[in-house]
Order: sequence, then C-alpha cells, then structure tokens
Amino acid sequence: MTAALAKFPKPDLRFMREDRSPAKVEVVALSKSYGPQHVLFDVSFAVAPREIFTIMGPSGSGKSVLLRQIAGLEAPTRGTVTINGLNPCDPVTRDRFALALVFQAGALFNSLTVYENLALYPLERRIHSKPEIRALVMRALQILSIEDAARKLPSELSGGMKKRVAIARALVMEPQLILYDEPTSELDPVMSATIAEIIGTLKEQFTVTTIVVTHDRELALTISDRVAILHEGRIRAIEPPAALRQSADPVIQDFLNPKIDIQHPRFKKLEANHE
Amino acid sequence: MKKRINEILEGFGSAVTLAWRAFASLPKAPRILKRIAEHGYYSGYSTLPIAAILCFFIGAELALQSGLTLRHFGAKEFIGILVGASMARELGPVMVAIILAGRVGSAVTAELASMKVYQEIDALETMNIPPERLLVLPRLLAVLLVMPVLTIIGNLIGWFGGAIVCAQVSFIGVEPEAYFQSIKRYLEVKDITDGLIKAEVFGFVVMLIACNTGLRTRGGPREIGFAVTKSVVTSLFAVLVLNYFITKILA
Repeated sequence: MTAALAKFPKPDLRFMREDRSPAKVEVVALSKSYGPQHVLFDVSFAVAPREIFTIMGPSGSGKSVLLRQIAGLEAPTRGTVTINGLNPCDPVTRDRFALALVFQAGALFNSLTVYENLALYPLERRIHSKPEIRALVMRALQILSIEDAARKLPSELSGGMKKRVAIARALVMEPQLILYDEPTSELDPVMSATIAEIIGTLKEQFTVTTIVVTHDRELALTISDRVAILHEGRIRAIEPPAALRQSADPVIQDFLNPKIDIQHPRFKKLEANHE
Repeated sequence: MKKRINEILEGFGSAVTLAWRAFASLPKAPRILKRIAEHGYYSGYSTLPIAAILCFFIGAELALQSGLTLRHFGAKEFIGILVGASMARELGPVMVAIILAGRVGSAVTAELASMKVYQEIDALETMNIPPERLLVLPRLLAVLLVMPVLTIIGNLIGWFGGAIVCAQVSFIGVEPEAYFQSIKRYLEVKDITDGLIKAEVFGFVVMLIACNTGLRTRGGPREIGFAVTKSVVTSLFAVLVLNYFITKILA
C-alpha cells in the first residue's frame, strides 16, 4: 500500500472544496420489499468516518439492494438511512454531502469520451472553472494511470479499464463517501489486486468513507476495517476481518472457507439428474 | 384488464410528472443551448428527407384524387385550395409527427432505455444531476423549435407535388399559376396557424412519450426493443387521437 501511495502524484488540492470531511453513515432497522418479495430484513449498522466497511455475502443476499438504499437510489420500505444525519433520497439534502457510487459494470456514459465522462459532474454542477475541471479530471486519470484513455469511448475499453474510469469519475466528484458495487467482479486476479490497492489508497489520500459490496473474500478481508456478512437479507455478523476469520458461525465459515465436497448430497443430486 | 388500465394511468401520470420536472429546470435552459441545438439538428435532418418525400406524394395524390372527382363538376380550379388546406391543416403536421415518432422518437426511446438498463440514469441520480434536465428538457425544447419549420417545409413540398400533378396529368390540366392562385385566394392564415399549433402539440407529445417510455424501462436488453415498439405505437395512437380533438377545439 505504501508503495502504491508513493507512486501517485501529490494531489493539487488548492481549488478543491474545503468542506470535505469523511461522511458518517447510519442504517437503522432497514427493510426492503418489492411487492411480495422481501429482500432485506431489519438491517442496522453504522459506518464511521474514514472507515472501509465491506458488506459481503453470497449472490442474492441483498447486497446490491442495500447499496442502492444507501446511495439514495431507492427508498427503504421501512427503517432509515442517513449520511451525516441527512436523508440520501431527498434531492434537497443530497446537495449537502458528496456521494459517489462505482457501479458494478461501470455505468459510464457510452456516448461520451472518458474525459467527458469525468468532466460531466463538475461541469453540470458548476463547481469549478473550466481550467480547474481540466486539472481535476487529468489528475484523476493520472492517479488511476489511465491518461492515455482520455479520448477513448467506453466501448473501446477493457473491463478493468472501465472500472478504473468509473473510480476516476467518482474521484472527480471529491466525494465524502464512495460506494463500490462489486468492484472486482469479472476481473482477473491481478486486476482485482490493483483495484483493491486503489480502494485502500484512495481512502488514505482522499480521506473518504468507503463502503464496498462484494462477494470477493480476498478483497473484503484485505482492505476492510470491518466486514458485515449479509445472509438471506439479514446481517449475520459485523466484525473486523481478523475476528471474522475466527468466527464459529458455520454460515460465516462456510462462506469464508468453502469446501468442495463431491460427496455432498447436492452433488449427488446433480449426478442423479445428469444420469 | 385492471392491471392494463393501471399501467396506462401510471404511464400517463409519469409522463405528466416528467414534463413538469423537465420544465421546472427551464430557468437553466441557457446552460443547455448547445444540447438543444444538437437535438434540434438531429431531429431536423432525421425527419426532413422522409417527411419531404411523403409530403410530396401526399400532395400529388390529393391533387390526383380531387382532380378525378372535381373535373366532373367543372371545379378543377378548387384543386389548389383542396390540396393546400388539407396539407396545411391536417396532413402536413400529421405526416411530420408520424415520421418524427418513427425516426427520432424510436431512437430517443432506445437511447434512454439502454441508459436506464445499463445504470447510466442511476449514475446521473447519484451525481444529483436530474435526468429530466440533462436528457429530457433539451429534447422537448428542440422538438418545439423544429416542428414548425418541418411542417412548413412539408406543406410547401406537398403543395408543390400537387402542382406538378395538376400540370402534368392530362385529364386535370391545371396550370401551376392557376393552382397556386387558388391556394392564395382561398387559404386563410388560420389554416396555417392551426396546422402549426397541431405540429407543436404532436411534436411535444411524441418526444414526451419517447422520453417517458425510455426512462420507465425496467429489466434487460430485451426490454429495450419492447420499449421502442411501445413508444412508436403509443405516439402514433396519441397523434391520431389528438388530431381529432385539436381540430374540434380549433374549429
């Protein structure tokens, strides 16, 4: 991590907003349903400023849905989410904190170049002058080592590059809170390690609060200050990685250390179906 | 049936809300002038060639059909006004709106639906940039600027098509001077303005339906295709139904 920090240029913060301090996130008794389908049940936790908090769980456990509630993209059915005490769903209070979400597939604007993707937020929000926006964008591209991609369209980029551009776009927003949705999905192990390194480094350099949703065990246990295990829409445990490794909970152990047992009844069933 | 009615009412409600939210950003319109110009240019050049060809043949067909009938009554001098008024009041705005729905509306729906499906709209929302301001308002304003121009050009080309038929078809044999004199003598300014009012309403409705259908898309890539079909069909239905009611109101 230190090596990664050293290779990044010192950011020029002269024109950046001074009211940026890492956000505090509180989720209280949150439940979410889509019609008759219940996805989240009574989820509660708090994320401290500058913390890297990872929500981990198997596919379909409700991780991404939880992230959408925190990002204010959907309102909870019951319970509350607050960021610095403010409701993220309310467009009026949303302007009082800076939140960036790095989507699983990048969600880059396909009709815009990489540079335009990054410049869209400051241009639309009229936060900085055009030369400042250019400096901000180029710095973000430099930090993620993707300066050469500035003129390219998202369709010309690989999966790993798209993730980097998405992170760079988040940085340009000068966020107090960065949310990552499956940042290492569909990436090779080397690129996954690079993304993990970037997430950790950004927290150090930009003093942001970070929430990561992933089912990547290595990522979660390496970069996180605390990890929440979400199982079937409920929080099973919230522990630092070291404590989580020692957990006696069979569900957590099964998730952290999956064993492929070909004698397991489910394999027998598959075998029978195949025959 | 109840579900279908609910869907229609929801669609109508969300379209009204979308228009309201888009126009709430109107004070910021000077910031989106470039986008308005881009969308206006795109709407214009996408619609004009086909609309022009269609209007030409509709004018020609009107002249031919009216010539076939009116020659028996010695009333060929009225072919000009018949073609002129029909194009200005009805067929010009309707044909331009139909081509707009097919060419521009479908493309807008496909673009916004894919942005929705691939989470680009969500990305805008997390940036607290309202999609209504960035994506909808420029398109609505652009179409309001472009529709009158397209309709006037469509009318002129339709009249021109009628003039050619009148001059070239032997059993009609009305000279262009007489044909255009008939339009000049009998066509009223109200005929033109009524047509332009219709064009504005049709253009606005087509674009609003296109944007609303695109932004309401849920699911995966397959739904993008469904959304495009739905947008075009709804637009055509709305244009033809509204045409009757606007005619009645303006009459």
